[in-house]
Amino acid sequence: MKTFFSAALAASLVLGGAATAQDYAGHLKARQGQFRILAINLGILGSIAKGETAYDEATAGAAAQSIKAVTMINQAPLWPEGSDNMSIDGTRGQPSIWDDFADFESKWSALGTAADAMVVAAAEGQGAIGPALGQLGGACKACHEKHRAPEN
Amino acid sequence: MRRVIGAGLGLAVLAGGIGWWITRPVPVPPEAVADVTGDASHGEEVFWAAGCASCHMAPDAKGEAQLVLSGGQRFETPFGTFVAPNISPSPAGIGGWTLEDFASAVTRGVSPSGQHYYPAFPYASYTHMRLQDVADLKAFFETLPPSDTESQPHEVPFPFSIRASIGAWKLLNLRKDWVMTDAGGEEIARGRYLVEALAHCGECHTPRDALGGLDRSAWLEGAPNPSGEGRIPGITPAQLDWSQSDIAYYLETGFTPDFDSAGGHMAHVVANFARLPASDRNAVAAYLKALN
Repeated sequence: MKTFFSAALAASLVLGGAATAQDYAGHLKARQGQFRILAINLGILGSIAKGETAYDEATAGAAAQSIKAVTMINQAPLWPEGSDNMSIDGTRGQPSIWDDFADFESKWSALGTAADAMVVAAAEGQGAIGPALGQLGGACKACHEKHRAPEN
Repeated sequence: MRRVIGAGLGLAVLAGGIGWWITRPVPVPPEAVADVTGDASHGEEVFWAAGCASCHMAPDAKGEAQLVLSGGQRFETPFGTFVAPNISPSPAGIGGWTLEDFASAVTRGVSPSGQHYYPAFPYASYTHMRLQDVADLKAFFETLPPSDTESQPHEVPFPFSIRASIGAWKLLNLRKDWVMTDAGGEEIARGRYLVEALAHCGECHTPRDALGGLDRSAWLEGAPNPSGEGRIPGITPAQLDWSQSDIAYYLETGFTPDFDSAGGHMAHVVANFARLPASDRNAVAAYLKALN
């Protein structure tokens, strides 16, 4: 009986103490969805930069504007405390994000600056898109380097 | 009886002596580098390809500060925590080293005072470097800003704290032969030099045995992340179905074919490769596609 109680106690401690991915399911979908929108639009621009699809100002411009729009989403509400990869499954966001949230936000804002450059480049023509992609890629890497865990 | 004991003792001393002899640090002989003169401008290319700054710059250094090789980054491994030393051209770093000292360190893991370095320093890859490239690299190092930051000691528990044991490790793992024995054509051969020697890709992408040596039978097939969680992905054609131009583009921009981006230590690697000529990125891609 005693064993049963201590087992039950242990179970309730475990279940009661830790957050689960379920608690943050919406946050994770929102976070990962915005990165997916970025990737799809980067893909459109990348294909133009590599010469796989023909340059067209409207297509390139729409992709660049979509990237810019994502960078304007306020990040703070999407990253509640306790939704890091040490606390829950389903994310690769490392605790370093919360240890230094100002750094995280400044890296997000650098992505916005790179997106502005892409909006300009997309209107200029095919040749300008490659270098602007380089800048965007640099902004992605700068944050992933520090704050994203490798894939399992 | 006395004679037997004497003979036994003699044998033990002899065995110990042989053990000491074959595991002793062996520097590069002075005559090997006597006629070699370094070219700093080519050395810069070697520097980026070899990724020196990625480990030896100060933690979180950005921009120009990445060229100050003051050390201090910590690398946690199953054998202990290694702290990258100062390798800037100052008395706290490698100031005053001869080419012989430098080549012994880089290609054989032997310090100027004749100690073994831990193989966290990837000399088992750099051992394939051409001496001319080593000399060029040293010439470039001498153009970098000095730093007087003291190197911090590694935090390595017993028995790995015994540096002599590294001699035995080197017997097993410091090999002169290439993993890809038949590199057909100039491009793949250049790729082999970049992947197996300078860029030391195998150090993370190849799994290690119990003693920390690379398992060449699983070359570049992916491995547990040496410091932290997750896995370093496999990059042989069996694991990575990207085209040659996909791989080259990734090394230039950090974008995967579906426009995810490089992260972690690979972000440094991409930043380094972005500084190399496109032909080098293509060569690495050609080598990877040629692996079976």
